[in-house]
Amino acid sequence: MSDLLLAALLVLLVVVALAAVRAGDLLIAVLALGAYGFVMALTWAAIGAADVSFTEAVVGAGATTVFMLAALLRTSRRRSAPAPGLHWVALAVVTVVGVQLLWLTTALPRWGDPAAPAAVHVSPRYLADVVRETGTPNAVTAVLADYRSYDTLIETVVIFTAGLGCWLLLARPDR
Amino acid sequence: MIERHESVVVTTFVRLAVPVAQLFGLYVLVHGHESPGGGFQAGVILAGTYILLALGMGRETFTRHVNEPRWVALAAAGVLLYLIVGLTGLPRGAFLDYAGLPIDGVRARWLGILLIETGVTLTVTTTLVVIFCRLAAREPAP
Repeated sequence: MSDLLLAALLVLLVVVALAAVRAGDLLIAVLALGAYGFVMALTWAAIGAADVSFTEAVVGAGATTVFMLAALLRTSRRRSAPAPGLHWVALAVVTVVGVQLLWLTTALPRWGDPAAPAAVHVSPRYLADVVRETGTPNAVTAVLADYRSYDTLIETVVIFTAGLGCWLLLARPDR
Repeated sequence: MIERHESVVVTTFVRLAVPVAQLFGLYVLVHGHESPGGGFQAGVILAGTYILLALGMGRETFTRHVNEPRWVALAAAGVLLYLIVGLTGLPRGAFLDYAGLPIDGVRARWLGILLIETGVTLTVTTTLVVIFCRLAAREPAP
């Protein structure tokens, strides 16, 4: 049942992505992109990644859609005319890279494999000691905010810098 | 900025949804130790509620709650809070070592996590809302 649900969500994901790419009206493309974020959030929830699902639901489906809509209000709803004809070189490159990526997925460890490299490196140590060392049963929070708090600090600085950059670049023209 | 939408359905929904969602955002922050969530997730949820407020209630209500320059300062304050908590570890050990907080044992780590997560929430909320403010400002780009 869970596999079926996941498969349905992934198919829906491809359909919505195609709708976003093919839409002639950019408003429809933006809304399809929002739907893509929402289906993605459901997918994360379906595989048990609730932390990522929260973020995807608000940022991917909510904030990004609103940002895109706001940007659309300042430009045009119509897509600029596509270049005529097919780019054979581009098609060849995309096909070759796509086939390679598909082929490489066969070499990846199975989803949830306890013997996968990511699951045997430092994860067992974190999972074994996290409650004793940090008093935090949610290992994701403990890793982000304690074991790897340098990374989170720098991420926070990046977010702040991005916000400051937007604020300064999009400052009111009359100032 | 998007103007107020004169619809009872929209305004009533926003009136009901925003407080509940904000409470949920705070829960996600302070309960991040035990359940899914944490600083970043709480930040995006809180930012979402302010964007919802602007979309549903219009510019006047929104600007009553959000002062742009002050919110940029709050974003900086979030980073600063993180850095200060990190610096408290220096005398006893290393940067970002929560053993330097004035509580002993495992509670110090628990508190350290909560404090830096609060900083992250502050920065993420204010940053997203400020970007929204700028994008949705009334003046069209030149």
